[in-house]
Amino acid sequence: MSANNSPLHPMTYSTRGADPATAPAFLAPLDQMGSGLPGSGLSWLTELRAAGRERFAAVGLPTIKNESWRYTNLRDLAKLTFQPAAPAAAAIDLLPTVRTEGQDGPRMVFVDGRFRADLSSVDGLPPRVDLLSLDAALSTHSGLLADHLGRLAAADDRPLVALNSAYLVDGAVLHVPANVQVDRPIELVFVSVGSELQATTCHPRMLLIAEAGSKAVVVEHHVGRGAGTTLSNHVTEVFVGEGATLHHYKSQREGAGAIHLSHIAATVATGGCYDNFILTTGAKLSRNEVVSRLDGTEARTHVSGGYLVRGTQHADTTTLIVHAQPNGTSREVYKGVIDDTARAVFQGKITVCPDAQKTDGYQLNRALLLSDGAEIDSKPELEIHADDVKCSHGCTAGELDDDALFYLRARGIDRDTAQGLLIGAFLSESLEEIAEESIRDAFQGIIAGWLEEQK
Amino acid sequence: MIEIKNLHATVDGKEILKGVDLTIRPGEVHAIMGPNGAGKSTLSYVLAGRDGYEVTEGSVTYYGKDLLAMEPEERAAEGVFLAFQYPVEIPGVGNTTFLKTAINAIRKHRGEKELDAMQFLKLIREKTKALGMSDEMLKRAVNVGFSGGEKKRNETLQMAVLEPKFAILDETDSGLDIDALKIVAEGVNALRSPDRSMLVITHYQRLLDYIVPDYVHVLAAGRIVKSGGKELALELEKNGYRDFGASEAA
Repeated sequence: MSANNSPLHPMTYSTRGADPATAPAFLAPLDQMGSGLPGSGLSWLTELRAAGRERFAAVGLPTIKNESWRYTNLRDLAKLTFQPAAPAAAAIDLLPTVRTEGQDGPRMVFVDGRFRADLSSVDGLPPRVDLLSLDAALSTHSGLLADHLGRLAAADDRPLVALNSAYLVDGAVLHVPANVQVDRPIELVFVSVGSELQATTCHPRMLLIAEAGSKAVVVEHHVGRGAGTTLSNHVTEVFVGEGATLHHYKSQREGAGAIHLSHIAATVATGGCYDNFILTTGAKLSRNEVVSRLDGTEARTHVSGGYLVRGTQHADTTTLIVHAQPNGTSREVYKGVIDDTARAVFQGKITVCPDAQKTDGYQLNRALLLSDGAEIDSKPELEIHADDVKCSHGCTAGELDDDALFYLRARGIDRDTAQGLLIGAFLSESLEEIAEESIRDAFQGIIAGWLEEQK
Repeated sequence: MIEIKNLHATVDGKEILKGVDLTIRPGEVHAIMGPNGAGKSTLSYVLAGRDGYEVTEGSVTYYGKDLLAMEPEERAAEGVFLAFQYPVEIPGVGNTTFLKTAINAIRKHRGEKELDAMQFLKLIREKTKALGMSDEMLKRAVNVGFSGGEKKRNETLQMAVLEPKFAILDETDSGLDIDALKIVAEGVNALRSPDRSMLVITHYQRLLDYIVPDYVHVLAAGRIVKSGGKELALELEKNGYRDFGASEAA
């Protein structure tokens, strides 16, 4: 891949809905960190950070006047003063995993965005596969980082990506060389601890590169271990080479004080495959943006997920699939369960570029509303510039089936268990998008736990 | 013993049952026949505890307990079983998972040990074999893609597994051809026992050739208007329901 720092896909960003007044509070701590940031000798990095800073200073947090943020209001963030989380040495027990007991495998653990070598193990990877912290990679792999960071996640376009770049300090880097297959799932665990005295932020950055013909599975866990208010603002850039396959799964079950913002930007080369599945059960406010671009012919992407929210939780899923080349396949299956006065947002856009003939695109979002106060805002969007394509989308919102509920109860199954069975059944359609059985089972376990909490 | 006394029930504010009296002793099989709209299905739903059916007067005493005060799942656990006229399809819930959850819920209520996977499988194999059901039907989602006959066999399987004290068969013959009807009836007959009562609800006499009742009652306009032995069914077959103030409904 060429050495080039400019964004692959520049897009014009409307400054409508910008709120520069919110920027200084978020940027002030940077001045104290100054030249103490890792890799400050790397000119490309200094530029990347400076560009991010400049951009965020100009636009601040997005507001609901910005079309893309119409349903998710970050107003409350501006009322708090966030400090970058201090590196925490605290012991963390019961780390989440998709492995069964006794199994081990590569795992990197981050606490408040900082890599914790003492909790991590990258043993057992095939030769030449690199899995390391971004902090360390700045010393050992700066060429690789210079070639890739900032190319997909354009700061111009998105204020929170700009903020992430401004604070770029740590995160995870995975590089799978051509034709290498990594069998065991690589687990990335992000623990938010924060502080009870102070709202804290971190801005982890991930770079996942699967070179031509390679294969890997990445599982992210996001969990909370503290009572404080934490804002984690993740940016992940994913490069899937020709004929390569990357399966990327994520479970976000942060605590009630968490704000979880995430932007994933992927590019898929000819014959490559990028699968993404995000299960959201945690955080008081979350937004998962997934942008998957099919930049080669016959490329595939499955971008799916489940969101389960209750209380006053707010979960936003915003996806963009771009078919840039012919014969691509994309598939999205989202299922959501919304209780109490929780609110979920689904914005799914599919763009088919003029060259992308024979595109096959499918999108589905179904929400199950468990109470009168629950809300779903669904906005599917198809933008098709080619004439020989197959694209469909569907959105539904409904309630539990009374007939089915009575049938189960008439067989002796109590109401809660019966509801749980029906909710599990409803979600299973999206979980089937997960190719690996062990991961599907683990995610099913997370859902069972969520249902259990309700009782 | 089940004692239904002066049972009145409304659906959407409309009175459907207008004073039903019926006593069923252990081991007895009672048939309820009647024209469409007489309240047959309403009676079965009221007994099983479905929402939306409001009892305005009367009582149902079930082995000394107030049946109407119980939630549907409690009634099932106490041994009430409704074989549905239209078994519900539940996509995504495996038939096996459903049966196992149901049997263990009921065993738990009875103070019995829950069955583990092996014990359950052994039991279920035995019962499906007796009903001529395939393993494949167990692997599918509950009633999804089942033919009419398969759905009714699945109801009979649930009854065989849950071993109720009081089974209500709501129009079990609807949608069945004669071969399927025979299989289902055989399954039901195999479950007849001195401590199990049954209430067989049907529009047609045909089912009663295969499940022979001890008593036959005619339900018309929300009331039992005539009771007799099994010969009453034959009489109804011959004369229809015209004598009971209803037109011969389709």
